[in-house]
Amino acid sequence: MQKPNLEYIDRLSRGDKSIKAELIEVIKTEFPKEKKEYYESLEKKEFKKIEENVHTLKHKISILGLEKSYEIANQFEHNLREHSLDKKEDFDKILIAISDYIETI
Amino acid sequence: MNCIIIDDEKLARVIIKTLCKEIGSLNILEEFSNAMEAIKYLNENKVDLIFLDIHMPNFNGLDLIRSLKNPPKIILITSDPKFAIEAFEYDFIIDYLLKPLELPRFKKAIEKAKTKELKSALKTTKAKLDTNDIDNDFYINIDRRLIKIDLPSIYLIEAKGDYIKIKTENKDYVVHSTLKKIEDKLPDSLFLKIHRSFIINIKKIIDIEDNSVLIQKDVIPVSRSKRPELMKRLDLL
Repeated sequence: MQKPNLEYIDRLSRGDKSIKAELIEVIKTEFPKEKKEYYESLEKKEFKKIEENVHTLKHKISILGLEKSYEIANQFEHNLREHSLDKKEDFDKILIAISDYIETI
Repeated sequence: MNCIIIDDEKLARVIIKTLCKEIGSLNILEEFSNAMEAIKYLNENKVDLIFLDIHMPNFNGLDLIRSLKNPPKIILITSDPKFAIEAFEYDFIIDYLLKPLELPRFKKAIEKAKTKELKSALKTTKAKLDTNDIDNDFYINIDRRLIKIDLPSIYLIEAKGDYIKIKTENKDYVVHSTLKKIEDKLPDSLFLKIHRSFIINIKKIIDIEDNSVLIQKDVIPVSRSKRPELMKRLDLL
C-alpha cells in the first residue's frame, strides 16, 4: 500500500511554514472526527450517511497523496450507492494507514 | 472581487483561502460550512463570487444554486465530475474545479471570473451610454407641432413670463412652459441655471467676466449665489 505523504501540502504552502502547520493541524483535527462519524454511520447501516462520510474522507485521502487508495474510496462510495459494503475492508485499511501517519506529523 | 466560500469540510475552506491569498485580488468576506447559513448571508449581502462545494449533506450546492434569485458568479469545487453537465446549464457558473485544488488550475478559473466581470461591466456601461443617447434630445410643442430639439445644440434658455425661449445654434423657439419644467428635463452634466431667468449650456460659454457670461452673442448675468457652482463646473487651468 502507498504511504501517505505531504507533497500536496508542501506544494500548496510554497515554503510558508505557518500555512503548512495550519493545514496539518486541520487534517489532524478533522480526520479523526470524520473517521468516527463514518464508523457510527456503519454501525447504524445508514448507507446514505456512510456514502457522505466516505465522500468527505476521500478528499483527505487525495490530499495525502494516496492516489490508488483514492480509487478504492471511489469504488467503495459507488458500491454504497448500491447498498453494498464491498471494498469496506480495503477502505478501512486506508483509514488505519492515515491514522497512523498523522500521529507522526 | 468579494468572495464567499461554502464547503462543509474545513480543510477544503482553508485550502481555498490559501489559494485566494496567493492570487491576491480576492477578498474573502465569509466562509460557511452549510448552504442554509450561506443563503441567509446572500439575501442580505452582495458578493461577486462564490466558491461552492456541491457535495454537502442535507442541502447541497446544486440546491443552493436553484434557490438563488440573483446568483453571483460561482466556481464549483467538488470531487464529483458527474455534476459538471448540470452545472454548466447556468451561465453564472464560471468554472468547475476538481479536488484537490492546484494553484495553476485555480488561477485559470479566477481569470475566467475576472473576464466575465469585465464583460458584464462593459455591458452595463454600454447600456448606460445607450440610455444617454436616448435622452440626448426632447420634443417641444409649438402650434400643435412636435419639434425635436437636440440637447447639445441648445446654448441658452430664457424665461419670458409664461413662456421660455430656447436658443439653439440654428434657431430660436418660444414655448409655453416654465424654466423649472425644462430644467428637470436637462442633463446636469451640460446645463446650469445661472440666474432665475437663465439656463445655459456650460459647454458653449465663450468667456466669463465679473458677474456675466458671454455665450454665443448673448451676455447673460450670473447671480451671485450661482457663481460658485458655475466656477466649480468649469475646467480651470
